[in-house]
Amino acid sequence: MFGKLTWHAIPFDQPIPLLSAAFVGVILFAVFLWIVLKGKLPYLWREWLTSVDHKRIGIMYCTLALVMLVRGFIDALMMRTQQALAFNAPGYLPPEHFDQIFSAHGTIMIFFVGMPFLIGLMNYIVPLQLGVRDVAFPTLNSVGLWLTAAGALLINISLVVGEFARTGWLPYPPLSELKYSPGVGVDYYLWSLQIAGVGTLMTGINFVTTILKMRAPGMSYMRMPVFCWTSLASSLLIVAVFPILTATLAMLLLDRYVGFHFFTNEAGGSPMLFMNLIWAWGHPEVYILILPAFGIYSEIVPTFSCKPLFGYRSMVAATLAICLISMLVWLHHFFTMSAGGDVNGFFGIMSMIIAVPTGVKIYNWVFTMYGGRVRMQTPMLWAVGFMVTFVIGGLTGVLLAMPPADFVLHNSLFLVAHFHNVIIGGVLFGAFAGYNYWFPKAFGFSLDERLGKAAFWCWIVGFYLAFMPLYVLGLLGMTRRMQHYDQPEWYPWTLIAEAGALLILCGIVLMAVQLAVSIRSRARRREPTGDPWDGRNLEWATSSPPPIYNFAVLPNVEREEPYWGMKSKARESLQLSAEPHYEPIEMPRNSPTGFITALFAVITGFSLIWHIWWLVILGLVGAYATFVVFAWRDVAEIEIPAEEVARLDRANRAARAAALKEATA
Amino acid sequence: MNAAVLDHSHAHGTPRASTAPGHGTGGPASKRIIVGYGFWIFLISDIIMFSAFFAAYAVLAPATADGPSARQIFDPTSVAVETACLLLSSFTCGMASVAAGQRNQKWTQLALLVTGLLGFVFLLLEAREFSGLVARGDGPTRSAFLSAFFTLVGCHGLHVTAGLLWLGTMMAQIYAKGFRRDIQHRYFCFTLFWHALDIIWVAIFGLVYLVGLNL
Repeated sequence: MFGKLTWHAIPFDQPIPLLSAAFVGVILFAVFLWIVLKGKLPYLWREWLTSVDHKRIGIMYCTLALVMLVRGFIDALMMRTQQALAFNAPGYLPPEHFDQIFSAHGTIMIFFVGMPFLIGLMNYIVPLQLGVRDVAFPTLNSVGLWLTAAGALLINISLVVGEFARTGWLPYPPLSELKYSPGVGVDYYLWSLQIAGVGTLMTGINFVTTILKMRAPGMSYMRMPVFCWTSLASSLLIVAVFPILTATLAMLLLDRYVGFHFFTNEAGGSPMLFMNLIWAWGHPEVYILILPAFGIYSEIVPTFSCKPLFGYRSMVAATLAICLISMLVWLHHFFTMSAGGDVNGFFGIMSMIIAVPTGVKIYNWVFTMYGGRVRMQTPMLWAVGFMVTFVIGGLTGVLLAMPPADFVLHNSLFLVAHFHNVIIGGVLFGAFAGYNYWFPKAFGFSLDERLGKAAFWCWIVGFYLAFMPLYVLGLLGMTRRMQHYDQPEWYPWTLIAEAGALLILCGIVLMAVQLAVSIRSRARRREPTGDPWDGRNLEWATSSPPPIYNFAVLPNVEREEPYWGMKSKARESLQLSAEPHYEPIEMPRNSPTGFITALFAVITGFSLIWHIWWLVILGLVGAYATFVVFAWRDVAEIEIPAEEVARLDRANRAARAAALKEATA
Repeated sequence: MNAAVLDHSHAHGTPRASTAPGHGTGGPASKRIIVGYGFWIFLISDIIMFSAFFAAYAVLAPATADGPSARQIFDPTSVAVETACLLLSSFTCGMASVAAGQRNQKWTQLALLVTGLLGFVFLLLEAREFSGLVARGDGPTRSAFLSAFFTLVGCHGLHVTAGLLWLGTMMAQIYAKGFRRDIQHRYFCFTLFWHALDIIWVAIFGLVYLVGLNL
């Protein structure tokens, strides 16, 4: 009846996962109870869970990322603590638990923190910067969000029902084959990524279409903000490589579920095929993560330097060059796996070449700051912290790109230090910079500067303390993923790394405090004009938060940095442009399709993991039925009357007129 | 706070009214263009997924593990009939598009029905080929070659099955709702999907069957 699922699946003998899950369960239940008691459940359903508004979806993506960041960080802290304790000792985590933690940490941080954070920011900002009212496919957008959330939920369920993979964040066969990993851990990994991967692919398709086919009048390619360019490049990469991930994971699933021989040791299977396929996705994936972050810095640096971006065209060219070359470097992830000197040589050189456009970008940001009036506010601090940190990570990357060096350093903590150096210093800092920069846009009030800066300093100092020792440890010969060790010269460095992790914990706590304090004091943090940082692109040309339709009339784009042009004109003529003619606006109707589909996806995924076949069929039929119901609806749009549009826009214009008067008085 | 000033410039016309091609000169493209374009992007991603299965097949084709090779198991007649069915179904699908363009309910439904029947015959032949192999002990678990073969061809078969499900739903929808604009967009996507399955089949026919029979 319930397949492999019995009471033994719940790890009653392991207090750590059970207690933490119980703790999270209590918090979730309390939040739910609070919502119900406040009578907010219908509001939550109507305005958020079923919303197809790209802005709400963006906020929900970022919320998911922040919650999963806490989960992924706790995993990291547990690992660092284990290694700090496990010198000539067993530590507190048994090996099979430690293995699950490092697998979950990597999987969560890449798929359920990095991806949703950047996709969330893209969702919120790209349509605003393009000067349009929504993405190309609003309901599909909602489906994508909820499928990502479904994948995240499945991973979290593995904490209490069954186990998670012990195979690392990429399940290399033959270890991940049924013979060596007979439990459900790898199945949890595979199904949650298959479900979330479909969601990501939908987002990629949606954003390619949006950016290429939906832009405000006059917004030609060379007038698009760099964040839109990098989002486009990132979405193109998603479309180009996520199908490979889906195919690869499907092959491993077939091996595990029905005894196929893609990657087995027996019957002609080829584990090396898996390495090639997974990294043909995996290396572009790191650029999918970093490119939007580059875009965020390209928005923040000009704004806080009060200067247009230096070398806009070279920035666009560098973005597209990275997009292309990122698909030609995958083999550097397994130089040691006998590809031969010529092949290694080619991929080593390509890996060094891809550092060139990245270097171009760094110089562009530095030259943007040069001669500018630089304001060191929180988003800019993150951007400067990134520039310094990322250069170090980039240099160690070029070092690793040399096959001879890689033969010495591969699989060591040097590698671990390198990719944390670029992913934390690049992707995460970018996400935090964007979070601080666009928060006032999304909520109409700014985040606390003092706490924001304190969080930044804890993070960056904590980062250096936590990861620079890992470079040393790697050079001392410590391999990654060690549950215990007996080398006395490693011990002090693991202790320093632990101290760094604790300092990062302070940074995370300070960010939570910053959010809480800012919400409590939001009344005096309100920003009526919608443009708190003296911004340059169109997202600042509307109120904060923007109305559901973003722009009362679509802006007419006449130059790069169009909003800066509008502002300059208004400042010269000492008045706003004439009031536009308001018309009624049609917007897509909200739909529960995404939420319900994801519910069926969770049911299907869970029952596939536990071999509950009748429930699989039920889940699939349910998902199909949901789509048919959606396809059958007759009214897809609601109309917002012209008077309502006029009322909201006039209020915003009044605030801006007052600010203009004040500035020119 | 710095002086923050807004200037909304004039722009008339809403996205739905615009027929601009999307080069940023005249604003967002029309819904019809956006839907078709987005679906093309999806098809590209789908073809990339197939290319991963093709790559796996190319790598694993020699790995027969003392089992049968391609030449020993392929039946050229059956494959020829399958190919004919699928190509013909693309033709009838095109006929349905012509009828749909003239908003002719009867001929649209009839042409779609024939399309679906041809697709169904294709699936039956494929199922017969697969079950024959499994019955002989040459199922997908026999060797890496057979795993890759069953997966690649089976994935295409799965797409045809999904296409049939979509086709049935589409016929019901056209019957119930007529040729409404959004349904026309959806129907356009369906035809793209159906033709794309043909393109993939042509690749399978060439790279798997023809090459396999000549090895």
